[in-house]
Amino acid sequence: MEFWVTQAFNGISYGALLFLLAGGLSLIFGMMRIVNMTHGSYYLLGGYVGLTVIWQNGPFVLAILVGALVIALIGVGEWNAFLKRLGGQELGQVLTTMGFALIFQDLGLVIWGGDPYTIPTPQVLSGAFELGQMFFPVYRVFIVLVALAVAVVLWLVLERTRVGAMMRATVDDAEMARGVGINVTLISMCVFSLGAFLAAVAGVVAGGFVGVYPGADFEILPYAFVVVIVGGMGSLKGAVIGSLMVGLLDNFGKALFPELSYFTLFAPMAAILAVRPTGLFGRA
Amino acid sequence: MIPRVFIIGLMLVLFVSPAAAQGPIRLGFLTILTGALASPGKEMENGIRLFLEEHKNSLSGRPVELTVLDTGGTPAGTLTKARELVEQRKVHIIIGPLAAFEAYAIAPYVNAQRVPTISPSAAADDLTQRKATQFIVRATSNSSLPTQPFGTYAAKTLGIKRVATIADDFAFGHEVVAGFHKAFEDAGGQVVQKLWPKLGETDQGPYIGQLKKDIDAVFIGFAGVAALRFLKQLENSGLKGKIRVLANQTAVDEALLRSMGDEAIGVVSASHYSAALDTLANRKFASAYRKAYGTDPGYYSVGAYTAALFLKQALEKVGGKIEDTEGLLKALRGAAITDAPGGPIRLDKYGNPVHNIYINRVERKEGRLQNTVTHTIEGVSQFWNYPEAEFLKQPVYSREYPPCRFC
Repeated sequence: MEFWVTQAFNGISYGALLFLLAGGLSLIFGMMRIVNMTHGSYYLLGGYVGLTVIWQNGPFVLAILVGALVIALIGVGEWNAFLKRLGGQELGQVLTTMGFALIFQDLGLVIWGGDPYTIPTPQVLSGAFELGQMFFPVYRVFIVLVALAVAVVLWLVLERTRVGAMMRATVDDAEMARGVGINVTLISMCVFSLGAFLAAVAGVVAGGFVGVYPGADFEILPYAFVVVIVGGMGSLKGAVIGSLMVGLLDNFGKALFPELSYFTLFAPMAAILAVRPTGLFGRA
Repeated sequence: MIPRVFIIGLMLVLFVSPAAAQGPIRLGFLTILTGALASPGKEMENGIRLFLEEHKNSLSGRPVELTVLDTGGTPAGTLTKARELVEQRKVHIIIGPLAAFEAYAIAPYVNAQRVPTISPSAAADDLTQRKATQFIVRATSNSSLPTQPFGTYAAKTLGIKRVATIADDFAFGHEVVAGFHKAFEDAGGQVVQKLWPKLGETDQGPYIGQLKKDIDAVFIGFAGVAALRFLKQLENSGLKGKIRVLANQTAVDEALLRSMGDEAIGVVSASHYSAALDTLANRKFASAYRKAYGTDPGYYSVGAYTAALFLKQALEKVGGKIEDTEGLLKALRGAAITDAPGGPIRLDKYGNPVHNIYINRVERKEGRLQNTVTHTIEGVSQFWNYPEAEFLKQPVYSREYPPCRFC
């Protein structure tokens, strides 16, 4: 019992982290059909920028905000200068974003060096809640709360505001959306930078428990893609369910069948894709 | 007529060759400067550069020409770079590479090409045991060398009874755990659980959650960033202080220690080196290193530095004639250094070091973390206190060997 609760909690908290990363990726994927290989770099660079803020004695909250804003700006730049021109050219987009990912990787190495770091977290967030024989690390609870808050805000924006309606319209049919007078280019840019913003938030938050280190970008990227593919492109609900599924599957896979941990993660993904090629909540 | 010309030519060559021997010593250095292992790779390079600077780029009266190549951390890349060193740069000797799988990748090649190679960090056990090769010697302890005496020490001196182990799921992790496992159980302890997160595992949480509740200590065998995460997450899960943490030689290496926080305090480890080691040779080495690079030296930098010390001594024995491969290899294998940074060190007949193992405890001194030496085990060989022949008869240490009898 204790084992299942602890491990389920671990899985949920890891899923929460994945949601922060994959939520934006899913929107970008769904809206622009861009396979954004740079997304992992946003996560890593966000962590590094956050770390730099902490080194300047900035508080943790500021680290998250500054990291996210800086990376959102980088995202806007990348989108405006390159990706905007590559609309519809999937190969060109993949190569461009992949190229950026490699450039950012080396840039990180040049600026911050090869040492691994963890982001020091505030005292309030350290330690664990004790419940009988079980421990729930405060920091993991915090990650779940952050992800929840982001999910709720995203849901409100997407479902309850005019901008959200425009975004959904663009996801469903960009051409028609443009036809009824929606500025699809502007909306796309906003979504792209929002994705970068969230990835950077994930990067700083993750820095507090898995660390910031060279290679983190390409380590986490496959997970984010699995979430998007399982959940369905462009669907917020899909991203939430997909993240939880991947987090739990990954965690229980490692806990119960460590030798098969990739299998337990990818076999269900293959099964889902066989039955629903667009993912759980995706629309063609 | 022709034979006489031939003889004159031969004499000319013989006359000229002593002068040729005064040409530069071409030293090839293989390390990793990009990717996940770039940080230890840079430390390795620092070690060799510091050495050459101290010796004004000259050994036995001959200038040293250093070529540093980045292997990229892949076996195929390492082989390519080794070929470049040998075939294009015509190096006399190679120091490197960093990782065990890289060393295995180039071992057949350097043997075939007859290029003496000193491994400054790659620790794979069998490289100096059942698969020992003529052309490779090692300047650092093999994977299980420090963890065997550590197992004995943990059971006998620390009085630890039940241990869970957790280590990177690759050869190095398997070997450090196996060495500890065997010696610990031979001294009366019990290993009750063995966990293997894959190398580079992001989230250690699922593994920490599995740790049995009735253990006295957890033994960690991590080569890099995993150690950082594990200690942090162990603290967050409320287990710090409830179980002791024993660490292998690289988990709390100085290169990682500077990225760690208070969660590392109290970790006990076994290594052939500590930057805090209080000997004349080490005080000199560590302060020169700090002055040059601003950080404490550690496992990787001291490995490269010691490799260069071996080269220096062997060269002196053959009068600087590095071209004399046979003589150099013989001299390398007989090398014994009394004042290396990590203390006295000599090579056994397999080309593996026999040296001191230090039991260290992580403490905070003057604001930064250090490995305080609490105990010294002198003159440890790769066979620890097991008879050599018997040791070599057992299978090489692995994930399955020794079998976990108490799991």
